[in-house]
Amino acid sequence: MTQLSSYLLVSALLFCIGLAGALTRRNAIMVLIGIELMLNAANLNFIAFWRFSENPETMTGLMFALFSIAIAAAEAAVGLALIITIYRHFRTANVDKVEEMKG
Amino acid sequence: MSLRNMVHCALSLVLTFAGLAGLYLQLNAEFVGFTQILVYVGAVSILIVFAILLTRSTEPKDEPATVTPWVGISVAVGAFLTMALAVLASPVGKRLAAPAPEVSVKTLGQKLMTDYVLPLEVMALLLTAAMLGAVIIAMKDKEGQR
Repeated sequence: MTQLSSYLLVSALLFCIGLAGALTRRNAIMVLIGIELMLNAANLNFIAFWRFSENPETMTGLMFALFSIAIAAAEAAVGLALIITIYRHFRTANVDKVEEMKG
Repeated sequence: MSLRNMVHCALSLVLTFAGLAGLYLQLNAEFVGFTQILVYVGAVSILIVFAILLTRSTEPKDEPATVTPWVGISVAVGAFLTMALAVLASPVGKRLAAPAPEVSVKTLGQKLMTDYVLPLEVMALLLTAAMLGAVIIAMKDKEGQR
């Protein structure tokens, strides 16, 4: 039987890979991919803690993970639309080169 | 994450999502597992691949893909060590799974329609707003030129 800690370790590893990617990559799409990885690590934590909780019949973690997946999908759609608009405007998706705003 | 070709990055991301779906299935969360496959492997990865292909053409090839990589990598490694030590030290991690709960899609739907109906409605509103917002943001440039 697998222990809870192994799932938590996988989730921590996933989170840190996403964190490293979001911090180091220059391309905005890669930053977004890193954020998606971190969100997925949080989802895995929700599911694992739900499965190993005292009373899994309440399904709280399951519901939270479902809503979190929906929010992540919305965030990805809006983020990619923004990236494409920025790319059309500045001709680059490099987050270091986009330095000015109009307002 | 460290691959230079971004399409390869996206494909390995799909692989990661599919593996996570497998972990969800192993944890008796069938519905969330299939939702993960549907939403991430199906929709989000297609979006990311399209965005990569749409924005890639004029990127210069020779400049480094990362900036000051050692700071970010050391932050991430430090965070992982902290979390791993905390997980291994806590007694919660030793806990074994309770007997597998019976979670059918029917009970899940009943929960969604009774206890969680307000979050469900808010989520529907948010998804609609996000869809409209994404379309409007992506269209704006074109309309400004007219």
